[in-house]
Amino acid sequence: MRVLLDDVTKTYADRSGHAVEALAGVSVTAEDEELLAIVGPSGCGKSTLLNMVAGLLAPSGGSIAFEGELPAGRPPTAMVFQEFALFPWRTVQTNVELGLEERGLPAAERREVARRVIELTGLGGFETKYPHQLSGGMRQRVGIARALAVEPAVLLMDEPFSALDAQTRQLMQEELLAIWERTRQTILYVTHNIHEAVWMADRVVVLSRRPGRVLEIVPVKLPRPRTEAMLGEPGFVQAVERIWTLIKSQAREALREGAA
Amino acid sequence: MTRLPVPDRTRALARRRHPVARVLGLLGLVLAWEGVTRTGWVPPLFLPSPLGVLAAGAEMLTTGELAVHIATSLRRIVLGFGLGALGGVSVGLAVGVFSLAEAIGNPLIAATFPIPKIALLPLLILWLGIGEASKVAVIMLGVFFPMAINTYTGVRHADPLLIRAAVSFGAGRWSVIRKVMLPSALPMIFAGLKLGAGTSLLLLVAAEMIAANSGIGFLILNAQNLMETTKLMVGIVLLSLLGLASHWLLVRLERAALPWRAEA
Repeated sequence: MRVLLDDVTKTYADRSGHAVEALAGVSVTAEDEELLAIVGPSGCGKSTLLNMVAGLLAPSGGSIAFEGELPAGRPPTAMVFQEFALFPWRTVQTNVELGLEERGLPAAERREVARRVIELTGLGGFETKYPHQLSGGMRQRVGIARALAVEPAVLLMDEPFSALDAQTRQLMQEELLAIWERTRQTILYVTHNIHEAVWMADRVVVLSRRPGRVLEIVPVKLPRPRTEAMLGEPGFVQAVERIWTLIKSQAREALREGAA
Repeated sequence: MTRLPVPDRTRALARRRHPVARVLGLLGLVLAWEGVTRTGWVPPLFLPSPLGVLAAGAEMLTTGELAVHIATSLRRIVLGFGLGALGGVSVGLAVGVFSLAEAIGNPLIAATFPIPKIALLPLLILWLGIGEASKVAVIMLGVFFPMAINTYTGVRHADPLLIRAAVSFGAGRWSVIRKVMLPSALPMIFAGLKLGAGTSLLLLVAAEMIAANSGIGFLILNAQNLMETTKLMVGIVLLSLLGLASHWLLVRLERAALPWRAEA
């Protein structure tokens, strides 16, 4: 499934009623089975962009569309949230079943699908636990399992690992890539971590600070599957340096303004 | 070179459970009470002995006098509490979820909530008669308000992130209410139930003292009129037990309904 963003703008009113331009004319196309990372300084509207693709926010201008065959019973998108957004009153099992319930699957089928995804995401044995009984890494596994369960054509990930500690984050990135090698849907991956973006993505969209526009789309010339050894390769280092050069002055200005 | 051991600075703040003191406090009160009555300094008319109260209670139980009062009071409180809780949760949910219901309901609740419900009893008797309906109605009103307000607050404090997550997975309005708002409000609903249990006991006794010929409130007032202080004390002890029992029941219910909190 391809995701076509054409001249997308977003303007919203802040608390005092002033119009704030979050995104200005963003045009990007995510190709079928592509892992497209979106990076940018704080407040560049990268999460806003993802929410619009998810249909949780309406764009003020431009158009967002999907292109490709969507098999019956599968949603175009599913979202993995930065703060996990798990239901505290549901167990791992029933959290994973949430999207399947909304798609009207019978209970037996829900259990079967959930069991498969729980196995895939390494949550086996934790089915009856509540979110508060799990570590951050395990919680986000549930968030990923919940999204994978509905077999979305496009997986939307909003800084999925930024709430985790550095070691857990590295492990989760590897696991996500391993899962993706098997499921192969299009992924839009929002992050502020340049290393993470380059290591995981096929291409990296670099957004400017507010109002966010596309500064450059940096291709990552690294083979798959990605390994840790690639973190030192010229292809990796050059892409990281290029992106950092693009973002640095933007981030510095944002810091000076105190914008969040 | 001298070694400086690091002391545990938090030791003074440690809280112990003192299991013996827990029992001794209650036991001490009863023993002191019994002791005072035995010395004869206080006439039994003013303060009957605990053993006397116990004996009177047992006797009233065998004659069946107590059962009538308890059954009548229980029926009133269960009906009033149940109806009030049901109504309060429904209205609270509606006001929390629908903006139109909020616009209409909020000022209405704000205007009627501060009225002490017992003040409405004469009016309720005028409307519903001196029988059971007016007593049930006053308890119902007393429970309705804390339930409606707590449910409303709980619904409004549902995490917007969870609502967004539910919507992103295809949840419609009804699904969001059932799967996010209601479970989010449950802790507040249970807090409201505990609050309402106390209120309903208060209103029950007040209503039974004003206009009734049975029930625990009537028993207490009647015993005072007849100078039967022992029976009066039986009524008071009964109320204390009733309060304890309802609280215990609600705590049990809460643990069963909120398993994700019980283990927290």
